Amino acid sequence: MWARAVWLGRGSWMGWRRGFTSRADPQGNSRVTAKVIEHLERLALVDFGSQEAVARLEKAIAFADRLHAVDTDGVEPMESVLEDRCLYLRSDNVVEGNCVEELLQNAHRVVEEYFVAPPGNISLSKQDEQEPFSHN
Amino acid sequence: MAAPVLRGCHLGRRWALACIDGGSRHGRVAATGFTSSGKRGQSFVAQQPLITAQKSKKGEQKWAAVVGLEIHAQIASNSKLFSGSQVHFAAPPNSLVSFFDASLPGTLPVLNRRCVEAAVMTGLALNCHINKKSLFDRKHYFYADLPAGYQITQQRVPIAVNGSLAYSVCVGKKWRQVITKTVRIKQIQLEQDSGKSLHDELRSQTLIDLNRAGVGLLEVVLEPDMSCGEEAATAVRELQLILQALGTSQANMAEGQLRVDANISVHHPGEPLGVRTEVKNLNSARFLARAIDYEIQRQIDELENGCEILNETRSFDYKLGCTVPMRDKEGKQDYRFMPEPNLPPLRLYDSASLPAGADLQQVINIDQIRERLPELPSETREKLIQQYGMLPEHSFALLNEVGLLEFFQNVIKETRAEPKKVTSWVLNIFLGFLKQQNLAVNESPVTPSALAELLNLLDRKVISSAAAKQVFEELWRSKGKTPSQIVSERKLELMQDEEALERVCHAVMEEHPQVVMDMKRGNPRAINRLIGLVRKATHSRADPTVIKETLEKQLSS
Repeated sequence: MWARAVWLGRGSWMGWRRGFTSRADPQGNSRVTAKVIEHLERLALVDFGSQEAVARLEKAIAFADRLHAVDTDGVEPMESVLEDRCLYLRSDNVVEGNCVEELLQNAHRVVEEYFVAPPGNISLSKQDEQEPFSHN
Repeated sequence: MAAPVLRGCHLGRRWALACIDGGSRHGRVAATGFTSSGKRGQSFVAQQPLITAQKSKKGEQKWAAVVGLEIHAQIASNSKLFSGSQVHFAAPPNSLVSFFDASLPGTLPVLNRRCVEAAVMTGLALNCHINKKSLFDRKHYFYADLPAGYQITQQRVPIAVNGSLAYSVCVGKKWRQVITKTVRIKQIQLEQDSGKSLHDELRSQTLIDLNRAGVGLLEVVLEPDMSCGEEAATAVRELQLILQALGTSQANMAEGQLRVDANISVHHPGEPLGVRTEVKNLNSARFLARAIDYEIQRQIDELENGCEILNETRSFDYKLGCTVPMRDKEGKQDYRFMPEPNLPPLRLYDSASLPAGADLQQVINIDQIRERLPELPSETREKLIQQYGMLPEHSFALLNEVGLLEFFQNVIKETRAEPKKVTSWVLNIFLGFLKQQNLAVNESPVTPSALAELLNLLDRKVISSAAAKQVFEELWRSKGKTPSQIVSERKLELMQDEEALERVCHAVMEEHPQVVMDMKRGNPRAINRLIGLVRKATHSRADPTVIKETLEKQLSS
């Protein structure tokens, strides 16, 4: 389900509603293009370093595509497995916080109780600048 | 609701044309076409063609601008949206952060009841439809002040949709004409705030403070029904007043409790909408209108020079007074929305659908919240107009300053002077002094009781109007003295002794026979001269009307 969400998430930044219905190729074409890999690497900060990894991804998509076999006409999509549970409402009281030392313990670098991060977002280098490996 | 909205839109564009065209962005001159028609305070309905009077730039087509807003308001609550750490403005860095806020593994979100109530109250006040079932989603993007790598928001089904916000725009000189406009509200959603980044250019690093991370926000999305910076700024101001009246947010822009992003595009009337840009970092009420108008003009200039508008995100540079493209934007963002797996749907009830025997702490009844809604600014203004017969623009002015309405009402309580007098004194003299010294109402050296006493003295004709102003000045300068004390100290009481006044008038007339001659000949200015002389002779302690009467009586005898 996660892989499917990823596949349909691409290019549908506007409409989540559009995402689920019938966007996927009914043929179950699971070739993943180089452009998509680059896009995914940027978004999810994963590194598909090798052709093997891409092939594994394609197999995972093909596996998930078998869900197409189920006829879901007229069936409301399930949002989550929790949809029948009650959402617990907490009273508006302050019961947490004040643990700055503990939190900073995990940080690699701190400056006067601030976490330290690199400036802005580090942009990933473009496809052609990376170690090339063939995607056919 | 459709008809008034359309009218508003249509007019809005015309008015915006008046705003923008011929470089008269700031010019109210264009709006003179409106002053002759339409009664005060009612929705504008006239259809006269306004633009034919306008000079056009080299005979080119007119432009219409379209402005939509996304407003983020920090919810006024003790603890955060999904965790129990405190919400507070200034605190040592990272001291108000729980394990969940820092996104440590194994933590889960727990929804704060107060935040849901705040969202429902705001939705009801803005005439929205409250969704009895709303959902939470994750919006993914990477930034150091978002430790989880995603923000929990409501993208698919927000808590409230399809509302409206009415605001009044004043055209003409000195707010003479008040027009009511409406902007549609697309939705209101609950979402988390991110932490704060402090950029340290020198050492090439960013310092992260997560105190703000996880604070509850109300995102109010306004449809692109506005057509210039002025309208947008007024709508934002009205929303601010509503949120403050409801108590759902303090909506203080200076403290970052209210943030506005604008979506702006231009097009020729009758043609499809143009490409829009998003302008972020509009965090000051003062610069909001300016920034939007700048962007509108920039787009018009670009298009008239044959260039295209890019669908990009820009930021407003306060120092340069212009919008600049934001870096760090590589094409469109893909937020990979997905349902929040840790939160079931949020269900709300009304009195009809409330399950029997439900734990009241665990259910939210929309009808109950509706009953408890406090008075909204528009209602308050209407009451002031009805109760005190004041002009609409005065009611706006009274609500526009923090604490001013309360001050006014306290004065009214303790004085027998007419409401119109009180209104005039509070809005002109009192507010004038405050503004001159840049003070807030609660910093005023003059208390409502003092002003009430002063107005009583004036009303009983113990002192003249000019003397009252002098007393006020003295009250402002020196604390601890009452108006009566000042009046007796400086001997400002009006002369009550008729005979003494008659003697002075007689003396003055003796000393200035020429002026008396002029007066007898019917010169109207002569009597004013005499009045002035008598006033000086009595050290301004005589009422000019009484002086005039006495002089006329003496003259005729």
